[in-house]
Amino acid sequence: MKQSSEQLSVNSNYVRAIGAIVWKDLRAEFRSWELVSAMFVFSLLVILIFNFALELDVKTRQSVTAGVLWATFAFAGTLGLNRSMALEKDRGCLDGLLLAPVDRSAIYFGKFISNLAFMLIVEAIVLPVYSVLYNANLFQPGLIMVILLGSVGYTAVGTLLAAMSVQTRTRDILLPILLFPVAFAVLLSAVKASGGFLEGADYSEIAFPINLLIVYDIIFIAASFMLFDNIVEE
Amino acid sequence: MNQKPLVLKILDIVSVLLLLAAAHLAIFVAPTEKVMGNVQRVFYFHVGTAWVALIGFVVTAGLSVIYLVTKNLKWDRIQVAAIEVSVVFFLITIILGSIWARPAWNTWWTWDPRLTTAAITELIYIAYFMLRQGIDDPNKRARFGAVYALIGGLSAPITFFAIRLFRTIHPVVVAGSNAEAEGSFSMTGDMLQALFFALFAFTIVFIDLLWNRIRLGNVQDQVEELKLKATW
Repeated sequence: MKQSSEQLSVNSNYVRAIGAIVWKDLRAEFRSWELVSAMFVFSLLVILIFNFALELDVKTRQSVTAGVLWATFAFAGTLGLNRSMALEKDRGCLDGLLLAPVDRSAIYFGKFISNLAFMLIVEAIVLPVYSVLYNANLFQPGLIMVILLGSVGYTAVGTLLAAMSVQTRTRDILLPILLFPVAFAVLLSAVKASGGFLEGADYSEIAFPINLLIVYDIIFIAASFMLFDNIVEE
Repeated sequence: MNQKPLVLKILDIVSVLLLLAAAHLAIFVAPTEKVMGNVQRVFYFHVGTAWVALIGFVVTAGLSVIYLVTKNLKWDRIQVAAIEVSVVFFLITIILGSIWARPAWNTWWTWDPRLTTAAITELIYIAYFMLRQGIDDPNKRARFGAVYALIGGLSAPITFFAIRLFRTIHPVVVAGSNAEAEGSFSMTGDMLQALFFALFAFTIVFIDLLWNRIRLGNVQDQVEELKLKATW
């Protein structure tokens, strides 16, 4: 009985540590709106470039909307991931976090959840804007589920790699080079699944990419959870 | 200070001889394939280099785990050596494949699952070296390298499945077949012999290069240490 209550307090400590990091990040962000606004403006610019680069007329749009959306999310995502980790590193905040008497993986989950939150906020603004610009209804439950699953996988591995890249000499340029080849699978299956939902394809066609997304999410959250210790160790 | 071991010297010579013998088998002994002609002979070295490169990448993932558990820099040196040799072999695989694909598929490159996965895998391990370059502390470099190699190794098979969402035209010659494949063929006994000999030869060449590269890594570390002492 005693042991289980101890176990419970350890668990609730862990959850509280994660919550504290998420709270800190969100609070800092809601005061300055640095990160989300930069990601959002950048997303708009990427869409603008795609608009003219691909000549997004009605016919082309049908087939490439999913690709444009995910390319935008991926580019904006690296921007946010890099910045969010660089902030920790610059002001010695990471060292402070490491001194805290909590399991290191709690720091990973805290950063992961706040990065995910930033990405989802940006996506939640980009989607309606895209819908208005191109007169398309992107608010379908299936698509939103895919965006959620894809963003989870992308930020899970992105948070881990960003924690690595900010500690190197070439930190400004390294993250996308490390992240894109590893996140290729998640982006590809997300594009395929989103495209399927947008074109109203049969569920049997969409099931495979969605299963792949779920598998990717589970594998990379587990791997990051186990490996994060090795990255912040001094 | 440390002489090259005699076994390694012998291995150097043996691997050159084996490579020549494999080339002889592939070019002169193996029969000419009926449809594709002589260009099919690329196949023996294509599969040979791919075989050792893929084994190298798999071993690398295991070395990551061993390093992260033991934290012994010896394993890191072996890992760097294995990845470096494998990256070069894999590049050769891709180039040889392209040479074959030009007449067989009428294109140098196509976004087929195997080809794309190969390209992505190659990029992962090139990124691995870029990551290492940016870190000075050898322990940190080894830790980050091991973590990234492991993450990359995990993602490669998933990438392969993800690209399977699109169709494949890559032939499956060894074990199994692909009905949609273009440029597939069945092997005769002589061809099998040439193939297995190429696999064997490249395995020995790989071991030889790996060993040499590990020795080079050790010497590099010694030089770095000496430099540190000199600046003190």
